[in-house]
Amino acid sequence: MIKVENLYKQFGKTEVLKNISTTIDTGEVVSIIGPSGSGKSTFLRCLNLLEVPTKGKIWIEGQEMTDPKTNIMKVRQEIGMVFQHFYLFPHLSVLDNLTYAPMKVKGLSRDEAQTKAKDLLAKVGLTEKETAFPANLSGGQKQRVAIARALAMEPKLMLFDEPTSALDPEMVKEVLNVMKDLAQSGMTMAVVTHEMRFAREVADRIMFLDEGTLLEEGAPSEFFTNPKTSRARDFLEKIL
Amino acid sequence: MNLDFSQIVPYIPFILEGIWVTLKFVIVAIIFGFVFGSILALLKISHIKPLNWFADAYTSIFRGTPLILQLMIIYFAIPQLTGYDISPFLSAILAFGLNSSAYISEIIRAGIQAVDKGQVEAAQALGIPYRLMMKDLIFPQALKNILPALMNEFITLTKESAIVSTIGYLDLMRRAQVVGADTYRNFEPLIFVGLIYWVMVMGLTLIGKRVERKLKYSD
Ligand SMILES: Nc1ncnc2c1ncn2[C@@H]1O[C@H](COP(=O)(O)OP(=O)(O)O)[C@@H](O)[C@H]1O
Ligand SMILES: [Mg+2]
Repeated sequence: MIKVENLYKQFGKTEVLKNISTTIDTGEVVSIIGPSGSGKSTFLRCLNLLEVPTKGKIWIEGQEMTDPKTNIMKVRQEIGMVFQHFYLFPHLSVLDNLTYAPMKVKGLSRDEAQTKAKDLLAKVGLTEKETAFPANLSGGQKQRVAIARALAMEPKLMLFDEPTSALDPEMVKEVLNVMKDLAQSGMTMAVVTHEMRFAREVADRIMFLDEGTLLEEGAPSEFFTNPKTSRARDFLEKIL
Repeated sequence: MNLDFSQIVPYIPFILEGIWVTLKFVIVAIIFGFVFGSILALLKISHIKPLNWFADAYTSIFRGTPLILQLMIIYFAIPQLTGYDISPFLSAILAFGLNSSAYISEIIRAGIQAVDKGQVEAAQALGIPYRLMMKDLIFPQALKNILPALMNEFITLTKESAIVSTIGYLDLMRRAQVVGADTYRNFEPLIFVGLIYWVMVMGLTLIGKRVERKLKYSD
């Protein structure tokens, strides 16, 4: 569960996030949408403290991330993150990408980590790629490995920052399918995306960000058919 | 033309011994320079200002003065200041190690900073501690990119090692001079050790190429 209270973020003088408060419940899937530059990535990155909030409080599974006494590294282990550009470790094989953190950070034995990793690779349909290196994978395969790498840490929640935006169109679906399965398995997810179909079909709730403000949130059925604000209406008109 | 290589034949074992004498301190200096250079690079990218200043000042001094001067200072000044009679071997290691760590730290710093910063974020997001991230994820990637520059630095060090002959260290270069003085023939021994230096540098180049190929896991 994620709780955000009066979150502000400034870069120098520019205010990128303004007074955002929301709660993402356990098992909930939230899609964060909004125009480019509205602060979606920054919001997501504040949740695991890749960006340090200027003001406000964030709780992850009951632990306050914004409390200086909190062991951030420990909490981060419970938050999986998937990036637009994958960021696989290029010098490690697919299997090593999946086993590195569980072994070195959580102290799993090689056997345990590999069993778990192979299981995950099977889930994302990449069993035959375990010895491959990232450079030899397609974009869709890379992103599925990245998802599996995050899941290998057995996180309680997952953050996705435009996971399909860097992919060729024909590879979008294989990644979205993996995410759909994950959502159905009960994972708590916050997904920044431009895939409106995914948002509509998979998300329990839509958060609409505009110029750093959480302008509107609600069920997809409501948001897509009957947006409350004119900004959201304009945005939907442009994108749909 | 008055070339007679037969004159130096009796001295060949003496000269060849110089290969090991030269290699001995070059290898130690390279390792020293690499380890200390890596530490300096970490100081340079740290967020603690005094550490940045120290590493930058260090680099500035060792790159901004002649190597031969640094060698002389270490060899002559240490005994004068401390009474400790430093050997030519130790002086050579210190001077070359300290000097090349300045250059190597710059190479490594640039290499680390050239690694995609998404790699750091991916590591942080997984909860990987800084030390492990640097050692296992960032450093190996940086190393791959800077290998040619590093090899270049090692080659330079190997060639420049000849200046230790000025403090009486019996390296290849010095041996050529000794033979020259003994036989009243300078050209032949100089050509001979020149050839040896060239072979050593070619060897280094080949090793570099091989390592580079081995690291070519991607693209
Ligand atoms: N590290 C940074 N330094 C300065 N400005 C930034 C930084 N990251 C993002 N911004 C600015 O913050 C705003 C929101 O960015 P971002 O969160 O990436 O938006 P989105 O993901 O919705 O496109 C943009 O105007 C962007 O230029
Ligand atoms: Mg973004």
